[in-house]
Amino acid sequence: MNSVPLVIDVTGINKRFGDKHVVRNLDLQVKQGEIFGFLGPNGSGKTTSIRMLCGLLTPDSGQGTCLGLDVLKESAAIKRQVGYMTQKFSLWDDLSIAENLDFVARMFGMKERRAAVELALEELDLAGRRHQLAGTLSGGWKQRLALASCLLHRPKLLLLDEPTAGVDPKARRDFWEQIHQLSAAGITVLVSTHYMDEAERCHRLAYIAYGTLLASGTAAEVVASQKLHTWQISGDGLHGLAERLRQLPGAELVASFGATLHVSGRERARLQASLEAFLQNTSLTMASVSPSLEDAFIHLMQGSQDTFGS
Amino acid sequence: MNRFSFSRWLGILIKEFIQLKRDRLTFGMIVGIPIIQLMLFGFAINSDPKHLPTAVVMADPGPFARAYVAAMENSDYFKIIGSVDEREADRLLDRSAVQFVVTFPVGFHRDLVRGKTPTLLVEADASDPVAVGGAISVLNHLGMEVFAPDLPGIKLPTAPSLELRVHRRYNPESLSAYNVVPGLLGVILTMTMVLMTGLAMTRERERGTFENLLATPATPVEVMTGKIVPYILIGLIQVTLILLAARWVFDVPMHGSLILLYGMVLLFICANLTLGITFSSIARNQLQAMQMTFFFFLPSILLSGFMFPFRGMPEWAQAVGNVLPLTHFLMLVRGILLKGNGPALLWGHTWPILLFIAAVLALGLKTFRRTLD
Ligand SMILES: Nc1ncnc2c1ncn2[C@@H]1O[C@H](COP(=O)(O)OP(=O)(O)OP(=O)(O)O)[C@@H](O)[C@H]1O
Ligand SMILES: [Mg+2]
Repeated sequence: MNSVPLVIDVTGINKRFGDKHVVRNLDLQVKQGEIFGFLGPNGSGKTTSIRMLCGLLTPDSGQGTCLGLDVLKESAAIKRQVGYMTQKFSLWDDLSIAENLDFVARMFGMKERRAAVELALEELDLAGRRHQLAGTLSGGWKQRLALASCLLHRPKLLLLDEPTAGVDPKARRDFWEQIHQLSAAGITVLVSTHYMDEAERCHRLAYIAYGTLLASGTAAEVVASQKLHTWQISGDGLHGLAERLRQLPGAELVASFGATLHVSGRERARLQASLEAFLQNTSLTMASVSPSLEDAFIHLMQGSQDTFGS
Repeated sequence: MNRFSFSRWLGILIKEFIQLKRDRLTFGMIVGIPIIQLMLFGFAINSDPKHLPTAVVMADPGPFARAYVAAMENSDYFKIIGSVDEREADRLLDRSAVQFVVTFPVGFHRDLVRGKTPTLLVEADASDPVAVGGAISVLNHLGMEVFAPDLPGIKLPTAPSLELRVHRRYNPESLSAYNVVPGLLGVILTMTMVLMTGLAMTRERERGTFENLLATPATPVEVMTGKIVPYILIGLIQVTLILLAARWVFDVPMHGSLILLYGMVLLFICANLTLGITFSSIARNQLQAMQMTFFFFLPSILLSGFMFPFRGMPEWAQAVGNVLPLTHFLMLVRGILLKGNGPALLWGHTWPILLFIAAVLALGLKTFRRTLD
C-alpha cells in the first residue's frame, strides 16, 4: 500500500429496506485527493451507499471510517467536514439564492459567513440574481447552486450524487474543471454519475449493480478486468444488424458506439471466426479495437443480471 | 454529542420566518380562522349536566336545612361536597372547586316554623351559564314537599314557604358569549398551532429538503425549537385578535391581569406547539400530520368543557379531558377574565399543562429522526 491516507475506508456495509437487500457487503476505499467515480444502473444502491457514508442512513451491518471518524458512531462530526450534494434538488424553493446560501453557512457555523456567501455568489455568477427564489431557477442552475452550497463550508470530502444530471455541456466542463482543481487542493471527491465521459475523468471507479460492487479500480483496470475482445463494425446498413450480431456464437455484447457497432466477447478466436463468416458477403468492415469503458460496463451489467436471474 | 448552538438555532428561526412570510395561505389562516370560528361558535350549545359540586354554608343547622340538602342531592343535579364557612365557600367558588354555594341563613328553622318566608341564598358559578341553568330550575321546583310530614314533633304551618335568591356570579346575565369567547381562544390556538407546526417538519420531508437539513450539523433540539418560535408569535397575534373581539364585539368583561392572561396563553401555545412538532416528526407526510391533528382536535373540543359543560360529562370523559391542555386553559382563562383570579389560584390548572409539555417534548425528541431510515 502507498502512503496516501484513506478518506473513506468501509467494509462489509449492508442495508436493507424491508426485505429488499439494497446494498450488499460493500467495501470502498477512497484515497485523499482522489476523484472517485461511482457508477451503476438505476436502483443499484448508489444513493443509498452515499447516504450511509455521511450518516443519513444507518447501515444494518458493516464498519469503517470516513475522514478517520467512525461511520456508525460519529456521524455528527463527519457531517461537519463533508459536503453532500443530493441527487434531487433539496435546497429551499421558497428561499432566495442568497438566503439559501446564508442558511447553509449558518448551519455549519461559519465565522466569515457573509464573505463566504458573497464569494460563492460571485463564483457562481449569480450575484445579480441573488434575490431570485431558488424554486424559480432552471434545472441546471439549481445544480450549480446546490454545488456552491455544499462547497460553502470548505469540506474535506465531497459526496456528489449525480451532480451534472441535466446540466449543459459547457457547465459540465466547468464543473469538472472545478472538481479537478479541488482534488488538486487535496479535497477528496466521491461522485456518482451515469456519463461515460465523466467516468473517464475520474481517477478511480467503482461499479455497483443490485447492491453488489462488481468492479473497481482505474478505468483501464476496470476495462481489463472484463477480459473483452472487441471488434468495431462500420459501413452502410448497420441498423437492424445488432440483433443478428447478438446471435453469433461468441458474441456476448453488442453496443452501438457513435456510428459504429461494437461487438465484444471473451473468446477472441471464436468471435473473430463467426464475425468474419457473417460479414463475408457484405460491404461492412471490421476492425479490432480496444474495448471502451462503456463496453465494460454493459458487460458488467449483463453479467450481474444473469446471476440475479438464476 | 453535538452541543446546542445559538447561531444555528437563530439560522433556523430566520429561515422559518422568511418561509412564513412568503406563505400567503398560512397568513390567511392566521387571521381567517379566528374570524370564521368566532362566527361559527358565537352561539352556545345546550346541555344538562348533573352532580354539580355544591358547598353548603349552614348558619342554622336544623332538620329542615338537612332535609332540604338531602332533597337537593336526591334531585341528582347537586353533589354536596360538605359544609363550610362563608370565607371557604368563596374560595371554593373562585377556584372552581364547586359550582354552587347554598347558604342557609340564621333563623331558617325558626322562620319556617313560624310561617315566615326565609331566604335561601344560592350562589352559582355562571361563567359557563349552560352548566348551571338546569340545576337552578330544579331548585325552583324542589318546592316545599321536601319538608315532609314525617319530621317528628314539629308542627309546620299549612303552607310553608321559602324564597330562593340566586346569585349568578361572574356572569350575572348568563351571556353565553362570556363562556364561548374565552373558550374560542383555546380552541383556535389548539387548531392552528398544532396544525401549522404539524406540517412544519413533514413539509421538509415531502419536499426533500429534510435530507439537506439532516446533512448539516443542526441538532434535533435546534430544529424543533427553532421551528416553534415563529408560531408562538402567530399565536399571540391570534389571541390579541380574539381578545379585541371579545372586548369590543361581545363585551366580555376582563377582570384579571392581562399580563397574567398572556402568560397563560404563552404556556398553552407552547403545549400545542410541542405537540404539533412531535406529530410532525412522527408523521410520514403532511396528510398523516393533518390526521393526527384532527385526532387530537376532536376530543379537545368535545371533552374539554368547551362544547359541553365539563361537569356534565361521564367520569371517563372527564379523566380524558383532564389530560388535555385545553381543559385547563379554559379554566385558566375563565378564572382570569371573569373571576379576576390571581396566580395563586391558577397553579392547580398550570401544572397539568407543564406536565403535558414535558411528556410530549420528551416523546418528540425521542422520535425525531436523525436519519432518513
Ligand atoms: N427509503 C427507502 N425505502 C425503501 N426502499 C428504498 C428507499 N431508498 C431507496 N430504496 C430502494 O433501494 C434501491 C436503491 O436505491 P438508490 O436510490 O440507492 O439507487 P441509485 O443507485 O441511487 O439509483 P439512481 O441511479 O436511479 O439514482 C432502489 O430499489 C430503491 O427503490
Ligand atoms: Mg441515486
